[in-house]
Amino acid sequence: MDISRREFTKIGCKIIIGATAGTTIVESLITNSIAAENSPVKGGYNWEEHFWGYVVDTRKCIGCGRCANACKLENHVPFDEEVYRTWIERYRVKKTSLETREEEVVIDSPDGGIEGFVDDIPAEEIKKAFFVPKICNHCDNPPCVQVCPVGATYTTKDGVVLVDYEYCIGCRYCIQGCPYGARYFNTEKGTADKCTWCYHRITKGLLPACVQACPTGARKFGDMLDKDSEVNKIIDEERINLLKPDLGTKPKVFYIGLDREVK
Amino acid sequence: MLDNLIWGYVYPNESEIQWSILIVLYPYITGLVAGAFIASSLYHVFGKNEIKPVARFALLTALSFLLVAMLPLLVHLGRPERGIEIMFTPHLTSAMSGFGYIFSFYLIIVVLEIWLSFREDIVKKALSSHGWKELLYSSLALFSFDISEKALHDDEKFARKLAIIGIPSAAFLHGYVGFIFGGIKANPWWSTPLMPIIFLMSAIVSGIALLILLYIAAMKIRKHAIDHKCLQSLAHYLWIFLILDVTLELLEIISMKYASREDIDIINRLLSDKIGFTFWGVQLTLGILIPFILLLMVNFIKKRDTLKMIMISISCIFVVIGVFAMRWNVVIGGQEISKSLVGTLTYVPVFFSQEGVLPAIIIFMLPFIILRVVTAILPPWKDMEEETQKLK
Repeated sequence: MDISRREFTKIGCKIIIGATAGTTIVESLITNSIAAENSPVKGGYNWEEHFWGYVVDTRKCIGCGRCANACKLENHVPFDEEVYRTWIERYRVKKTSLETREEEVVIDSPDGGIEGFVDDIPAEEIKKAFFVPKICNHCDNPPCVQVCPVGATYTTKDGVVLVDYEYCIGCRYCIQGCPYGARYFNTEKGTADKCTWCYHRITKGLLPACVQACPTGARKFGDMLDKDSEVNKIIDEERINLLKPDLGTKPKVFYIGLDREVK
Repeated sequence: MLDNLIWGYVYPNESEIQWSILIVLYPYITGLVAGAFIASSLYHVFGKNEIKPVARFALLTALSFLLVAMLPLLVHLGRPERGIEIMFTPHLTSAMSGFGYIFSFYLIIVVLEIWLSFREDIVKKALSSHGWKELLYSSLALFSFDISEKALHDDEKFARKLAIIGIPSAAFLHGYVGFIFGGIKANPWWSTPLMPIIFLMSAIVSGIALLILLYIAAMKIRKHAIDHKCLQSLAHYLWIFLILDVTLELLEIISMKYASREDIDIINRLLSDKIGFTFWGVQLTLGILIPFILLLMVNFIKKRDTLKMIMISISCIFVVIGVFAMRWNVVIGGQEISKSLVGTLTYVPVFFSQEGVLPAIIIFMLPFIILRVVTAILPPWKDMEEETQKLK
């Protein structure tokens, strides 16, 4: 291969310029990312400007299980283990004679409701039935954060309760402390694990996977700092309820149409 | 198979029991520590001279169990290598975060207390032995060989002060373990302000019972007569603490049943079905009622020391089993009810696994081995054998 001196110089110059420019660009990217880590604004997301809330309209849930399925897919929650970041409960109140007045309630959540539900009680025996989607309440006063002995679980500025998998010692005290059964043990990581409200999605302006997947709008997610958000409208206008409000955990999942049987 | 173990509705994430037999062992062992220490302070602080023969032995027992108290927790962690973070970055709102500090503080007190009460022996041994033994005992004496009357008197005064600090810290060590459970509002079976004090009383009961058993066993092995005055005095204290213990345990159940809150149905099911046998049968009848009656009879029988000794031994064996059942009923029982309050689970112990029965047995054997080693280095037998006869 014959290369003239002129051409050789040209290629040489290109390499030198390229290398210099390349390192400068890489360097500036690194500096930027370090700066971004230290500032509250990350990739355009400022966690001080948001405070997330979640609404479940139990009247709309049809128990299709798409939410629970989407959650496992999105967050790599093992399908072959009995662990769930979100699940659907089915409540069926059976008919009883008027004399006894004692209600028989059958509650189930086979496989978290991922595969939907089978009618194993004849319709004529049922007085009323409904589905209740469950998810971490991301409590304002979270008992799981309170009991963590090393502070590996924490509340973000935008109101999401997360687990630091690099720090959790796996004592499972938080799993005991959660009154809602929302936490589980991640056998692969050896740490506690839970719903993050798809933090990796919501900080990019996307919806949590379960909300995205819901075909009926039974699950709603939004910013409580935004006056016009759907979540705020519902909280302002509807009669809402919380799960186990007497425990003082101050959940941020708000329920519409919550029956007294729901625990 | 899973379906047979679950009754009613439990939250999907609850299908696995999180805290296994190792976590039953943890409060059991710390309880024995606290109990043995408090037994020794009956002599060291309250000057009950009849306890003197076992006072130093009780301290060594407390140390042997204390050294393994941390182990079941560590083995149980999902990431044991990060366990030390509890010391470096404790999250102070957590009841569990203080454990490392309380444990270490208490360990220091127990070690100091032992050192002071054995110092005279250590120095004498250092001065009378040669070779590696001399080195061992000299270093144990911290190369300070002053055993003049004044020095020993100062030791005693300091030891007494330490024991006075020791009692609240022993109480704290174990009361605190109770609070780890009592502070969990999510669990109706755990969440009670009585939990720390119930734990403490049962700890004292189990510690004294263990001490009596170890004392009798040691004397049998060493073929030495038993100091019946000491034995019966210990049995008397055991009896008093049994009464306090059962009062609190029953008070908790009675107030739960009387108040009949939302969770009463599931508590009733727990008590009648899940832990019915271990609670009413083992914890209360075998572990408290029978020993209570036996020890009461010991108080009334005159002379017949051998019979009394047999009755006391049986009581102590039952008490030690009963307190283990109590820990089981709290730790496992609390997890066998679902937080949905409408379902129960069943814990099936596994034998061979990180959290199985086998590691639990191994961990529970360790303190006895440690005690054998410690008593070889610092023999407490002189105290027990001074006034009694060597048996042929």
